[in-house]
Amino acid sequence: MSAPGNFAIPERGPGIWQPKIQGIVCNWCSYAGADLAGGGRIQYPPDIRIVRVMCTGRIDALFVLKAFADGADGVLVSGCHFGDCHYLEGNYKAAKRMFMVKRLMKSIGLDDRRFRMTFVSASEGAKWGAVVTDVVNVVRELGPSPITEFNK
Amino acid sequence: MAEKKATTKKTETKKDTKKVAPVKDDVKKQAPAPAAKPKAAAAPAQVGSTIKQEPRIGVFVCHCGTNIAGSMDIPAVQEYASTLPGVEYVDNYQYMCSTPGQSKIDKAIHDHKLTGIVVAACSPRLHEPTFRTATKEGGLNPFRFEMANIREQNSWVHMHDREGSTDKAKDAVRIAVAKAKLLQDLYPKTVPVEKSAMVVGAGVAGMQAALDLAAAGIKTYLVEADTSIGGRMSQLDKTFPTLDCSQCILTPKMVDVGRDQNIELYTWSEIEAVEGYIGNFDVTIRKKARGVLTPKEAAARGIVGGGCNGCGDCDAVCPVVKPNDFEVGMKPRKAIYINHPQVVPLIYTIDFNSCIKCGLCVTACGSEKRAIDLESKDEFIKVKVGTAILATGYDIFPIEKKEEWGYKKYENVITSLEFERLICASGPTGGHLVRPSDGQTPKKVAFVLCAGSRDNTGTGKPYCSRFCCMYSLKHAHQIIEKIPGCVPYLFYMDIRSFGKMYEEFYYRIQDEGAKFIRGRVANILEDPKTKNLHVHADDTLLDRPIDLDVDLVVLAAAIQPKADTNRTRKLFGVSCSMDGWLLEAHPKLNPCGTTTAGVFLAGVCQAPKDIPDTVASAEGAASAASIPIHKGEVELEPYFASCIEERCAGCGMCVNLCPYSALSLVEKEGRKVMQVTEAKCKGCGTCGGFCPGGAIWMNHFTTPQIVAQIDAFLLGGEQ
Repeated sequence: MSAPGNFAIPERGPGIWQPKIQGIVCNWCSYAGADLAGGGRIQYPPDIRIVRVMCTGRIDALFVLKAFADGADGVLVSGCHFGDCHYLEGNYKAAKRMFMVKRLMKSIGLDDRRFRMTFVSASEGAKWGAVVTDVVNVVRELGPSPITEFNK
Repeated sequence: MAEKKATTKKTETKKDTKKVAPVKDDVKKQAPAPAAKPKAAAAPAQVGSTIKQEPRIGVFVCHCGTNIAGSMDIPAVQEYASTLPGVEYVDNYQYMCSTPGQSKIDKAIHDHKLTGIVVAACSPRLHEPTFRTATKEGGLNPFRFEMANIREQNSWVHMHDREGSTDKAKDAVRIAVAKAKLLQDLYPKTVPVEKSAMVVGAGVAGMQAALDLAAAGIKTYLVEADTSIGGRMSQLDKTFPTLDCSQCILTPKMVDVGRDQNIELYTWSEIEAVEGYIGNFDVTIRKKARGVLTPKEAAARGIVGGGCNGCGDCDAVCPVVKPNDFEVGMKPRKAIYINHPQVVPLIYTIDFNSCIKCGLCVTACGSEKRAIDLESKDEFIKVKVGTAILATGYDIFPIEKKEEWGYKKYENVITSLEFERLICASGPTGGHLVRPSDGQTPKKVAFVLCAGSRDNTGTGKPYCSRFCCMYSLKHAHQIIEKIPGCVPYLFYMDIRSFGKMYEEFYYRIQDEGAKFIRGRVANILEDPKTKNLHVHADDTLLDRPIDLDVDLVVLAAAIQPKADTNRTRKLFGVSCSMDGWLLEAHPKLNPCGTTTAGVFLAGVCQAPKDIPDTVASAEGAASAASIPIHKGEVELEPYFASCIEERCAGCGMCVNLCPYSALSLVEKEGRKVMQVTEAKCKGCGTCGGFCPGGAIWMNHFTTPQIVAQIDAFLLGGEQ
């Protein structure tokens, strides 16, 4: 994988903080890609929990914000590549909304690197593993979400 | 065994205590929910009375042998599940998908009056249908089932992190239970299936699929981009390992296709647009301007006894000369042409990119046939089909990109497809293999296998093109047979002779005197005087470098998806794998299906295949495509959108977002509200993801369900 990122599987153990990452992925590409990663026994850190939707177009910006409000340390939205959407163009519409979420995060002082939208196709199992690993590494570096502190 | 028994016992005790204890907790949890979603009443009529019932969820954890149990603590997951509010029954089993596993669900629904089922096992993309059926057999609505994926997305990807995967599985169960509590009864919509099918591409795969569908009594539209049918196979001379003449075995099929009453053939045509869904695809075919009328078209214009009869008088007078693509550019054709004498349909075509409209052909055709229309335009034809098969085939990889072999730089380096035409009796040289530089018969011919295949340099293709080994063996046989004293040298990495009678064929060619050199060709240089070629390679068996002087080099070039494949697949909503081949629904168990219901794959467009495999896959695709048509109706998953009218402000933003034009604004009680046409809605939820008023209810992926899943993960952990 030539894309920039930290693809080293982070260490885990007692005393090491583990982030909570909410994944929201589409059924046809990224969920299938994640399944393929399983079939290929691609190993990645277990800090992500997936909610499956039929299309990233279904993802309301409020779902992402709800996850952050609930204390997620990171959110990953993943769908089909542009032009490959099972429903023609849901991922374009999702991407537009997700840009909006990123802008909002910046303006409320929440590091927008905690949120990412990626495009992983049904044949990109290895890419799914790399994406999750990188997301986990980035969020680990950023530390626990400040919202968790507010909530306390 | 003992451990298992103990677990079961523990479960039962838990179960007993549960019945009394946590009910209060449930009520507390559930109480605010109805207030927060008044839409329950406004939601579609399918919302049964059971929704008001207290949720009673059954959780089943699957071991999948050691696939899951080997990487996590199943008893811990099960015990955790039993502590979750709303969970009434928990169990585990070695293989939940087995008959005893499924009957556990059936029994538990009856014994414990469950309202929802959660199975923590593999991916819902694999076994959701299985467990939905089991849920239905237990007397519940099949959509009251939710799956927690603890295999593909857990035990298999965290194989050495027992604690991490156990925690993740507990969360996955909690998230699934949260959704299961809010699941509703849903009823699939049944739609009729149009009694017709479409096949895109009329190579041997497309022809076979169309013939099978037609034989099953299904009206089939066969669309081919070229001017005639037959595809790649019609360009080949002989086929391995039987050495049948390719044209001889293919032309009867071509004639059958042309003659079949159930097949409507569109050559020189492309798919322009596809709308609709399984059972009801509306396909627009672009019939490119051909400039020549078929007898039928002529009759429609009132020209009695007119139209093209393939006489070729026009060809004789046309002054424009162009390279013939069918002969890989090695033979001239006119601006009005047919690919080869055996074409089906036997109708000439004008290449309007090179035609100068001199009108000589019109005169030659005469006043009786009046077949030529120099002003003809593209036509658009709309057809309705129930299912479609893509058989778009392949192109040769542009092997000149591998500059070290000098294709298109040295005259005597040719591709295997050019070799096929040169050795073919109907080809440009009448079957005499000659060197392009001087027309001499070669005496030493080098074959470069894996030319661009199994290439990880980034220039070529990483995959095996699968039939190059075998046709190169066949080429070696052909030159030994046709040119006395000529020696073939095959530079190979591995000879992959995997099919029926293939290995035997390999031995036969070895015995005939072909030379095999195990080594990849490093580069090829030309002697500028003789135009002979120096092939440089490492003989890895003898462990020494080779510099072989030959007369002709044949590159067994890799194959790649046909140039137009990407456009066509997007029209039909089919995905592709990383190398561009079309993606099957399942690589092993559904190789002809796609993730778009009603669209199937045949032949090489899915992956490289030789002719027997291509024909087998075409027959498979035809059989699969005929099933919905013979059934007459299909069930659509009921993931429709609907409008919660009291929340709808009638802004109409969703109407513009819908890619299927399924939404519209209607007047109701003096104000505008959105209305869904269910038959058009495919359930993507793009409208529901945007609605500023939260007025759109997406069946099975409702906002309360998704929010409950997020809350269950992030807030539920401390319970």
